[in-house]
Amino acid sequence: MSTELVSGLPLPGGSEDSGHHQKLFDADTHTINFGPQHPAAHGVLRLILEMKGEVVERADPHIGLLHRGTEKLMEYKTYLQAMPYMDRLDYVSPMCMEHSWVLAVEKLLGIENEVPERARWIRTMFAELTRILNHLLNVTTYALDVGAITPSLWGFEQREHLLEFYEATGGSHYHVNYFRAGGVAKDLPAGLEDRIGKWCDQFPAFLDDLEGLLTNNRIFKQRTVDIGVMTAEQAMAWGFSGPCLRASGCAWDLRKSQPYEKYGELDFEIPVGVHGDCYDRYLVRMQEMRQSLSMVKQCLAKIRPGAVKIADNKITPPTRGAMKRSMESLIHHFKLYTEGYHVPAGATYTVTEAPKGEFGVYMIADGTNRPYRVKIRAPGYAHLQAMEALSKGHMLADAVAIIGSLDIVFGEIDR
Amino acid sequence: MHELGATIAAAAGPAVQEVFVERGQELVLRATREMIVPLMAMLRDDPRFAFEQVMDICGVDYPERAERFEVVYNLLSLALNQRVRVIVSTDEATPVPSVAGVWPAATWYERECWDMYGVVFAGLTDLRRLLTDYGFEGHPLRKDFPLTGHVEVRYDEERKQVVYEPVALTQDFRNFDFLSPWEGMTTLPGDEKVHLIRGERGQIEGPKA
Repeated sequence: MSTELVSGLPLPGGSEDSGHHQKLFDADTHTINFGPQHPAAHGVLRLILEMKGEVVERADPHIGLLHRGTEKLMEYKTYLQAMPYMDRLDYVSPMCMEHSWVLAVEKLLGIENEVPERARWIRTMFAELTRILNHLLNVTTYALDVGAITPSLWGFEQREHLLEFYEATGGSHYHVNYFRAGGVAKDLPAGLEDRIGKWCDQFPAFLDDLEGLLTNNRIFKQRTVDIGVMTAEQAMAWGFSGPCLRASGCAWDLRKSQPYEKYGELDFEIPVGVHGDCYDRYLVRMQEMRQSLSMVKQCLAKIRPGAVKIADNKITPPTRGAMKRSMESLIHHFKLYTEGYHVPAGATYTVTEAPKGEFGVYMIADGTNRPYRVKIRAPGYAHLQAMEALSKGHMLADAVAIIGSLDIVFGEIDR
Repeated sequence: MHELGATIAAAAGPAVQEVFVERGQELVLRATREMIVPLMAMLRDDPRFAFEQVMDICGVDYPERAERFEVVYNLLSLALNQRVRVIVSTDEATPVPSVAGVWPAATWYERECWDMYGVVFAGLTDLRRLLTDYGFEGHPLRKDFPLTGHVEVRYDEERKQVVYEPVALTQDFRNFDFLSPWEGMTTLPGDEKVHLIRGERGQIEGPKA
């Protein structure tokens, strides 16, 4: 390859000078500033790439451009007021973020066994709908990154249906703030279960279409097969979890191995990859969507009418009607929304299988109405850290495919 | 879980100071700071423990303690499906040996801990800040760091650049004290005398009843 082509710079002085050529070729190890304003950076990733020609030598992600101090803010909010911050972490799968939080608070309050059945089924079902929501966004924008536009146009239509279910529960498309310690905020509106059921009936056809677009697509495979390979040992050492770990061949899923909520009563399988490359990560997510769909259907079949939050008005608010007649309820309501509930001193590291992997909340309570310390363990954080290990020796364009396959969302990474 | 804790304590010797099970569910080890690296290597490599993954490392600040910081490691074993939490304590000056050599994933967690709390990690090759701004000063998650921070940024139209200025709040941050007498607290502020008299009476009447 001639020097002029690689550097892209006109040679100063006479280009016949061979010594000059040699110098320029040394300087060809150059640095690229990838992002933070780049559509394939999936948010505000600033990636410093040291390149040798078009090959990545070093990749140094600079994160924190979306750092909002969530953990610090939570120390100044009551447990109830801190909830909405969770939605804003991984804003692509908000309810799964809420899930870890409410499970952690319930554990510390010691009410994890008192949550009503219906609330548990609703939470499980919406966690799975959220998983589909997340994977739809990831798979389609990942395809967009490597050159396919149609999947995102189709996928976003399906996402919109799911977001309408969100809106029906919490009144908002994304930041629903629906799960609460002790249950969910309110019952599902009439007819929503039927609507979800109808949606379930048409979704497999869409998944087939999506797979038809990508799975055997020659261009898609050229861009993803054998790119960004992680062995199982490497993936474990780098703290991988979720689909990225499973793509490397580890059959590890918290829903199976450490069942929480209603996952112990559901029948599902864990898709596992073989090669640990970008293509396998895609395949695992596609299969997970089918599994999630089956779980949503099982939840719909098992969900029964009943209470959706525990009756203890120290933790969940009384009904509007009760507040109009009962002084006690009025006091409860007032105290709950000003002081909040006190959580007994203790600590917990509570995890859920979020769509991106193990999402953990390490919470220290000191007996007051506010958490003493909250640490949010975001799966994408560990995945992005391995960027250099994944992209070393690959071409620049492959770095884009790798970022897409890792399912990076900066809300949770930067917190 | 108690058995696992006892086994680890026996195998680790002086590296583990205390073992307890939080709420009967989560195993916690308090470890000696200087011996954290061999302890972690043992927890990873010993087939009885097999903690292949460090899922999280974070700091906690207790300003009233002599060694004010805790560094908390949450480990996970995929093979044996078990978790353990390892805690060491340190102060502003004393470094904690880095476990980045045991798990490469620890690098960013330790960088974040340095960034947020100012805990120094000995042997960590990359001790840059991670989440805060370039050129940031201070360690924001310390309890004595104000929630509003010290500086704010804005774009200055005249100078055509982003400028940093001391935080100017139009209203002070209001930190309401809600630790109020709802339930559990029986003595209202100013009511101490009443309880004193009641208490004395109770003492007098007590033996009779």
